[in-house]
Amino acid sequence: MNAFGMVIVGAGETGARAAEQLREQGWTGKITLVGKEKEAPYERPPLSKAALLAEETPTPVYVAREERLGELNVDWIAGSVAVRIDRSAHAVHLEDGRAVPYERLLLATGASPRRLAMEGADLSGALCLRTFADALAIRERLVPGNRVLIVGAGFIGLEVAASARERGCEVTVLEVGPRILMRVLPPEIAAIVEERHRRAGIAFKLGTGIVGAAREGAWHAIKLADGEVLRGDTLIVGIGAAPETALAAESGLAIDNGIAADERLATSDPDIFAAGDCCSFPHRLYGGRRFRLEAWRNAVDQGIHAAKSMLGETAPYEAVPWFWSDQYDLTLQVAGLSHDATSTATRQSAGNTIVFHQDGAGRLLAASGVGAPSLAKDIRVSEMLIARQAVLDPAKLADPDVKLKSLLAD
Amino acid sequence: MADWVAACAADDIEEEDVIRFDHEGRSFAIYRSEDSDYYATDGFCTHERVHLADGLVMGAVIECPKHNGRFDYTSGKAKKTPACVDLRTYPVKVEAGTVYIQVD
Repeated sequence: MNAFGMVIVGAGETGARAAEQLREQGWTGKITLVGKEKEAPYERPPLSKAALLAEETPTPVYVAREERLGELNVDWIAGSVAVRIDRSAHAVHLEDGRAVPYERLLLATGASPRRLAMEGADLSGALCLRTFADALAIRERLVPGNRVLIVGAGFIGLEVAASARERGCEVTVLEVGPRILMRVLPPEIAAIVEERHRRAGIAFKLGTGIVGAAREGAWHAIKLADGEVLRGDTLIVGIGAAPETALAAESGLAIDNGIAADERLATSDPDIFAAGDCCSFPHRLYGGRRFRLEAWRNAVDQGIHAAKSMLGETAPYEAVPWFWSDQYDLTLQVAGLSHDATSTATRQSAGNTIVFHQDGAGRLLAASGVGAPSLAKDIRVSEMLIARQAVLDPAKLADPDVKLKSLLAD
Repeated sequence: MADWVAACAADDIEEEDVIRFDHEGRSFAIYRSEDSDYYATDGFCTHERVHLADGLVMGAVIECPKHNGRFDYTSGKAKKTPACVDLRTYPVKVEAGTVYIQVD
């Protein structure tokens, strides 16, 4: 069966890390990496300042260049889409008619930006940010004086807003929810971020849905539920991403807000695995609740974990979820997931604010912080406390004179 | 010629921690171990331009605050991907409560 080899569909962060890990673990058989784009694996979405703001023409942040894939002896099929999995014959069919046989298959198909959908709306020319080509298209619009409308006040919308403002654009962010960063950050942290954006000159329109969109020459006219019409020469939509599940669904694999995997990242077919933005998996630290995560660290760690599982390891994936976002001089970091939290404790020190989320038993579930880049130290310690399911005194968590590191010894 | 440069006061750094020190257009990370030994390395991670002084020190290891690459700060050795290129280290001495590093 070795001749069949390992096949990875999706040549992003996750797919490339998995290929690398298969070799690191000693797999000497064939590895085939199938990527939709012609570009070698790179970080998506390209949010770095270099991608959106650099004066000179930027390049993607590569995970593995062509040369590296060669060193790893990976068969890289670029610019091709997998259209069907023949599970009984163990083969992936590509759109050009080729069939690639597999012993084990990894689906690292990622996610695609959600689009605004409204009857009768003209959203032609609306931009989103996922691929490097998207970043170049946005970058071209970020010139001084442009009037930029951004739909969605999540991480992506706000990072683009900050970049646009730094470039001298007039920026309005529209959000249907009552506040920014509703899904990812507690209100006290979001308020600090919102204030920083307002201070930079960003206008917000919160708690108002969009009911229509039209083109007036070069302008986008966005009609809000309250009747107001906002006009901009640039429209950028950042309202989340949907997992790429079509290939898996069509092949009869279980889908549950993403390609449904078990704790090893195996799908409902034991020879097929899923990892990264497309994958939903049960998390032991959160009572086996199923999550799908879109974050750089998760993309890396799941790629590595899935590679090991493909080679027969049985360990569960249980890394503490961790996200970051940089906006202006602010660093935002979140470790853990706060869905089951019943109380919070807030620590303020040296300009940093961290909100700790605990369950009824005092177990630390998540920590969300905003402040200077050195905030990362406390969030990293929090991550270790979350991983060991530490039960902690909220008074100590809130007291800046108690070193968080000292709680590791308890 | 290699010069000794005053970087900070010895008690500017907490035990098992790191701070940033900038000098003549270069940036360094100065470490204090649990046993209050002092070390110095280049400030930026060899993987991407992220300053290590914002990272967590655990024992003799510094971890990049963004991508979790790890180095032994006493030797500069890269310990965990994505860091794979070693960090440059610099000689350090402490005199009269001041930490000096030797830069070239």
